[in-house]
Amino acid sequence: MRDFSYLRAGSVDAARQAAALPGAMLFAGGTTLIDLAKCGVAEPETLVDITHLKGLNGIELSESGATIGALAKMSHVADHDGIKSRFPAVSEALWQAASAQIRNMATIGGNLMQRTRCPYFRDPANFPACNKREPGSGCSAIGGVTRGHAVLGTSEACIAMYPGDLAVALVAFDAIVHLGDRQVPVDDFFLLPGTTPDKEHAIEPGEMITAIEIPGSASARRSTYLKIRDRQSYEFAAASAAIGIEFEADGRTIRDLRVALGGVATKPCRARAVEDALKGKMLEPDAVRAASLLAIEGAVDHGANHYKLELAPRVVARAILKMGETA
Amino acid sequence: MTVHNIRHGDASDGALAEVVGGRLSRVDGPAKITGTAKYAVERQLEGLAYAVLVESTIASGKVREINANAAEAAPGVLQVLTPDTIISLRTASDWFGTPPPDKPYCPLARDITFSGQHVAAVVAETFEQAVAAAALIKVSYDETHAIVDLSDAKAGDGIPIDAMTKEWGDAQAAFASAPVRICAAYNTPREYQAPMEPHGLIARWESDRLTVWEPSQWLDGMARTYAEWFGVPFENVRLVSPYIGGGFGSKALALSHGAVAACAAKMLGRPVRLVMTRPQTFTGYGGRAATRQTVTIGADRQGKIQSIVHRGVNETSIDGMWVEPLGSVTSIMYATPNFSSKQNVVRVNSVVPGPMRAPGENPSAFGIESAIDELAYEVGIDPLEIRLRNYAEQDPEAKKAWSTRQLREAFAAGAERFGWSRRTPEPRSMRDGNQLIGWGVAAGTYPVRRAYGEAIVRILADGSVEVESSSIDMGQGTYTILVQTAAETVGVPADHVVVKLGDSRLPRAGVAGGSRLAGVMTGAVHKAATSALDQLIGLAISDPRSPFHTLQANTLVVANGRMSSPRGDGPDVSISELLKSVGRDHIEATGDTMPANSTPEDRYKNYTTIAMALPHTEGDYSRHSWCAHFIEVRVDEDFGTVRVSRVVSALDSGRLYNPKLAESQWKGGIIMGIGQALLEEGIVDRRHGRIVNNNLADYLVPTNADIPDIEVISVGIPDLHSSVLGGKGVGELAIVGVAPAIANAVFHATGKRVRDLPITLEKLI
Ligand SMILES: Cc1cc2nc3c(=O)[nH]c(=O)nc-3n(C[C@H](O)[C@H](O)[C@H](O)COP(=O)(O)OP(=O)(O)OC[C@H]3O[C@@H](n4cnc5c(N)ncnc54)[C@H](O)[C@@H]3O)c2cc1C
Ligand code: SF4
Repeated sequence: MRDFSYLRAGSVDAARQAAALPGAMLFAGGTTLIDLAKCGVAEPETLVDITHLKGLNGIELSESGATIGALAKMSHVADHDGIKSRFPAVSEALWQAASAQIRNMATIGGNLMQRTRCPYFRDPANFPACNKREPGSGCSAIGGVTRGHAVLGTSEACIAMYPGDLAVALVAFDAIVHLGDRQVPVDDFFLLPGTTPDKEHAIEPGEMITAIEIPGSASARRSTYLKIRDRQSYEFAAASAAIGIEFEADGRTIRDLRVALGGVATKPCRARAVEDALKGKMLEPDAVRAASLLAIEGAVDHGANHYKLELAPRVVARAILKMGETA
Repeated sequence: MTVHNIRHGDASDGALAEVVGGRLSRVDGPAKITGTAKYAVERQLEGLAYAVLVESTIASGKVREINANAAEAAPGVLQVLTPDTIISLRTASDWFGTPPPDKPYCPLARDITFSGQHVAAVVAETFEQAVAAAALIKVSYDETHAIVDLSDAKAGDGIPIDAMTKEWGDAQAAFASAPVRICAAYNTPREYQAPMEPHGLIARWESDRLTVWEPSQWLDGMARTYAEWFGVPFENVRLVSPYIGGGFGSKALALSHGAVAACAAKMLGRPVRLVMTRPQTFTGYGGRAATRQTVTIGADRQGKIQSIVHRGVNETSIDGMWVEPLGSVTSIMYATPNFSSKQNVVRVNSVVPGPMRAPGENPSAFGIESAIDELAYEVGIDPLEIRLRNYAEQDPEAKKAWSTRQLREAFAAGAERFGWSRRTPEPRSMRDGNQLIGWGVAAGTYPVRRAYGEAIVRILADGSVEVESSSIDMGQGTYTILVQTAAETVGVPADHVVVKLGDSRLPRAGVAGGSRLAGVMTGAVHKAATSALDQLIGLAISDPRSPFHTLQANTLVVANGRMSSPRGDGPDVSISELLKSVGRDHIEATGDTMPANSTPEDRYKNYTTIAMALPHTEGDYSRHSWCAHFIEVRVDEDFGTVRVSRVVSALDSGRLYNPKLAESQWKGGIIMGIGQALLEEGIVDRRHGRIVNNNLADYLVPTNADIPDIEVISVGIPDLHSSVLGGKGVGELAIVGVAPAIANAVFHATGKRVRDLPITLEKLI
C-alpha cells in the first residue's frame, strides 16, 4: 500500500470535484477499496472520504417506490421494514451478501461499484496479464482456474464474473441509479466487458452515485432472492436469482414476471427470455423448469464453471416455484 | 511470560470444577475476551523496524537478477535483503535432531522450487513503507517447467518410502480369492491450517543473545533451530510465546521467515518485526499434503474382511521430504488376516507440506472408512454392523493388546443418541421436500504419543502455588488443566494457583503436537507438586517450630489450602501460617518425568527434538484414542449443496482432565472436519503452479451457519498405560473420521459416492 492523501469532502459537489482529479477515489465503507489497495490493485493518490456527507443515507418510501441514499449501509437497508415488505428480494439479497461486519460498514453506492473476485485480477504481482486492470495486457483467467467465472456476457478480453447480490435484485425491478442530476437505468449502468473490460460502469470521473431509486410494483412486492453456494454464509453466489411475480386475478396466471441472474454473468443480468416465455401462462412446474433453461441461452463455459449451466436454471425455477406457492 | 490467575470460573460448575476432571472454565478466557491478552508480535519495542517479504512469482527456475534500486531509494527503507546481501547461516538439524550437513543455509532462495518462495525482504521504519518498497523490487527469472501436482504427467510414481511398508499374511492372494471385492481410489487436496493469527515474529539481538517473540507450539524446539542457524549456544536464544492464535501443527517449527527476520535484526542492530500476509500463509510454510490412496478390500459374503491392500501417495516438495503416513489407520482399525500397505511420495513444485491436525490419520481414515462403507453396501450389511463384525480385539499390526479401546462403547453410545436404528438402508430413501437426507457413520483414531516433561511448582508464603513450564497454550487449555493439576495435588483452591507458560527460560517442555502435551505436562506438574507437598508435610512433621511437631503423626493432609491431621485431632493451619511458623518463604520442587538415569544430553534431546518420544506400541500395549461419528446431511437434489444437519460423536480419550475443554476441542476438530469434507481445497493454477485461492474469502472454512448442534459423548476410561493421570489424546482425535462419515452420509442421501474431497456442489449436481 503506498502513501496517499486523504481528503474529507464537505459537500457532494466538493466530493465530485475532488474525485475528478487524476488518481482520486471516493471512499465510502472501504470494504472493497481497502481490500483492493492491499492486493495492489487500487493505488489511489487521494482518498476522498464521503462518509460524512449529510443527507445521503436515507431510505425513503413513497407511492411510486423507494429511494435509497448512496451512503445507506447494507445492513440498514436489509433491515428496513418498508424495504422488507415492498421489496423482499432487495432485503434478502443484502442479507445474504458478505458478512454481518461488512454489511455494517459497506454502503449501497460502494456496493454497486464492487469489483470482480477474479483471482487473477486481484493478484497483479503474480499475474500481470489482466485486461480489466491493464487494458491490452491479456487475460490470465482464460485457460486457468475458472470455477467462479462467468458463463454469460463474456468476451475474448474478459470472463470475470460480477459478484454482487444487490444489483441483481435491482436489475429485476428496473432500478435507476442517480448520479446527482443524471439518471441511468441500472441495467445500463453495468457494462458488458466487450473489448473494454476496464470500463465496468456508466459513470464518468467526477461523477458520484447519490441514490438508487426502485420503482414499486406488484412483482417487487412478491419477490425473493435465492442464492446458492457451497458455504451457507459469507460466500459469493455459485448462482443466484432475483424473482418477482404478479398474478392475474385468478391467482394462477402470470401477469408480470421478473427474473435476474447473479453468479453467472459478467454483469447483473436480466433473463427476459424466461420472463417472456412464462408471462400470460399458468404457473406449472414443468413449464417453469422448461422456461428457466432459457436463462442460460447463449452461455459459454470454461470447463470448471460448466456446472453453472446446470445450476442457474434450477435456481431460477426453484425461486419462481417458491413464489408461486405463496400465491 | 504470561501469568494466569483465576478470576472467576464458571459458577454452574461448582467447586468440583477445580480438581482434575472438573469443568473449570479457561483461565485465560477473560484476558482474551477483554483484549488484554497480548500476542507475541503485539510487543512494543523501542526502535522496532518492519520487514516485508518478497516472494517468487514462478514455481520453478532460478533468480537471474534482483533489482532493488528503487526499493532502496524509497522512503524509510533501511535495508533490502537478497540472497547476496543476507548474512550466511548454518543448516540446522531436523526435528529428529539428525545432525545437519555442514553447509550454509540461506532463507532467501536463488533456486526457485515453488511459487511464493521468499526471495528478498525489505526492512523499513514503518510497515507501510516496507510494503510500498517491497512492491518496487524487480526480480527476473530463468523459468523452467514446474511439476504442478500429483496429477502432473511429469510427476511420475514417486519415491517408495520403505519405512511405511506394512505387510502380514498374503494380501494379494487373499484378495484374489475373496468372494466380495471392492477397490477404489480416494483423494484429498492440499489443505491449509489457516490459523486466525498469521505467522510472524519480533526478533531482537543483544550482542550474541537473541530474543524471539513468536507464536510457537514448541519453544525449545524452535530455540534450538535459531541457535543452530546462528551458531550460538542454545541458552542464548529465548523464545517468548504467551498466547498462540491457533497453530494446528503449523507453528511447531522455526521457519524461513523467522530466519529472515532474525538476520535482519542482527544486520541492522535493531529489533525487527515480520508478519506474513494472509496469502503468504499459504506458501510460506506447508499445509496438509495432497494425498491419493487406493484401498482394496476382499471379504466374505458376511462382510468379514479377509484382505486389505492399500497404496498411498502424498505430495512433497522438490527439495524437502514430507511423509503423510497414509496407512496409519488402515492397518489398525479392522481385524484382517492379510494386509499390505505401501506408500510413495511424489516431488512437486510446492512448499514442503507440514503437519496439520492429525497428519496421516486424517487422510488415512478417509480412505479406509469410506472403503468399508462401500463394502457394507456391496454385501448389504448395515455400515455400523459391518464395523462391529470386523472389530479388532487387539492391535492387528503390532499384535498387542489395546491399552484401552472403548470403540465398541463409542459405536453403541453414538448410535443410541443418534437414533441409528431408525435408518432406512437404501440410498435416496430419506427425504424432506427437495432435501435428500443421509445418515453416515465412520470411526477415527489417533495414537497416544508420549514424551517427558519438566515443571517447577512453588508453594509461596501467602499460601499460593506457582507453576512454571515452557510449554504453551494455543487455546487447547494448558493453563487451565495445569491449574487444576496443581490445585488438586497440593490441596489448594484453584484461584490460589498461578501458571506461567510460554517462555523458553522456564522449565523445559517438548512439542505441543500429536495431542501429547496435556498428558506430558499434567504428569510433570503432578510430580513436581507431589514433591512440593511432600516437602511441606515433611517440614510440618519434623521442624520443631511447626504446630504439628508434637503430634507424632507420620502424615498430614492438605485440603483447601489448610493442613491438618488425617485423624482430625490436631491443629488446623493454613499453608501460609505453617510456612511462617517454620520460617520459610517458599517451597520449591522441580519435577520431571524423565527416566532417573537421564543425562543432560538426553534431556536436551527430549525437549528440543521428537527423537525421544515413546512409541505408542512400547511394552505390552498399543495405545490409541478412538471415536465414532454419526452424521446427518441434507443434500439439495437440484443444487447439490450439502449441509450437515446433525452430528453425534462418541469419543474415547481416556480420562478427561477437563471435560469442558475436551468437549470444546472435540467440537473444534469436528468443525474442521466438516470444512475438510465440504469446503477446503487449495486450488492450483496449472500453468503457474500457484495456489490462487490464497485468502479466507476464497479458501473456505465453515461459518457458524454451516455448523449444526454437535453432541459429543465421552466414553473413555482412565488409561494408566497412556499417561500418569490416565488421559489419552484429545486435540487431533475428533477430526479423524469426520470427512468419511460425511461422504458416507452423502452416499446414503444421493447414491453418489464422492471419493475426492471436498464434496462441492458440482460433484453432486
Ligand atoms: C470478503 C468479502 C465478501 C463479500 N461478499 C459479498 C457478497 O456475498 N455479496 C455482495 O454483494 N457483496 C459482497 N462483498 C462486497 C461488499 O458488498 C462491498 O465491498 C461493499 O458493498 C462496498 O461498499 P463500501 O461502501 O465499503 O465501498 P468502498 O470500498 O468504500 O468503495 C468501493 C468502490 O466504490 C467507489 N464508490 C464508493 N461510493 C461511491 C459513490 N457513492 N459513488 C461512486 N463511487 C463510489 C469507491 O471509489 C470504490 O471504488 C464482499 C466483500 C468482501 C470483502
Ligand atoms: S477474466 Fe477479466 S478480470 Fe480476470 S484476468 Fe481475465 S481480464 Fe482480468
